[in-house]
Amino acid sequence: MAEFLVGAAAFILAMVALGLIRILRGPGDADRIMAAQLLGTGGIAAVLLLGAASGEAATADVALTLALLAAFAAFAFVKAKLGQAIGESRPTDSQ
Amino acid sequence: MKLFLDLWTLVGVLVGAFFFFAGTVGLLRFPDSLTRLHALSKADNLGLGLVVLGLLPQVDSVAAGIKLIGIWLLVLLSGATASQWIARTLRQSGPGP
Repeated sequence: MAEFLVGAAAFILAMVALGLIRILRGPGDADRIMAAQLLGTGGIAAVLLLGAASGEAATADVALTLALLAAFAAFAFVKAKLGQAIGESRPTDSQ
Repeated sequence: MKLFLDLWTLVGVLVGAFFFFAGTVGLLRFPDSLTRLHALSKADNLGLGLVVLGLLPQVDSVAAGIKLIGIWLLVLLSGATASQWIARTLRQSGPGP
């Protein structure tokens, strides 16, 4: 069972790593934060799977912290984005 | 009984991993930001949810199981709220539908 759980964790991490291509390609900041959100969720799933494989109960706390950080990251992005003047074009937004 | 619980874990984790795969493919292949947001929500809600559901038979105590469900609920709530706000920034900065 442990081998299967570690394998599933590796698969999910590989998927999340593929999703990070979206950070490179953009085009907008929102697409990038979405890929970061996927990294957060996938990281939580991978940590939980590894914790179940090793029988270490403390990994649930790590996953909880990751969930909190992912939420903070998203809200920091939204606050920065809505705080700036609307309709103003920025050099990073090519499209 | 042990076999049934292991089978439950196997199916739950496999289907959850498939939804992470679907979320990544959607994030990479869908044409615009709002559809990508939709794909991301699938990975958040269903992918992690099914992985947690699959892991429930493997935990030692009831408290550990409740903690797993609590993590999923936190991700669900923050993901749903964040998706609404990200869609709002898209609507205000990009060209309207």
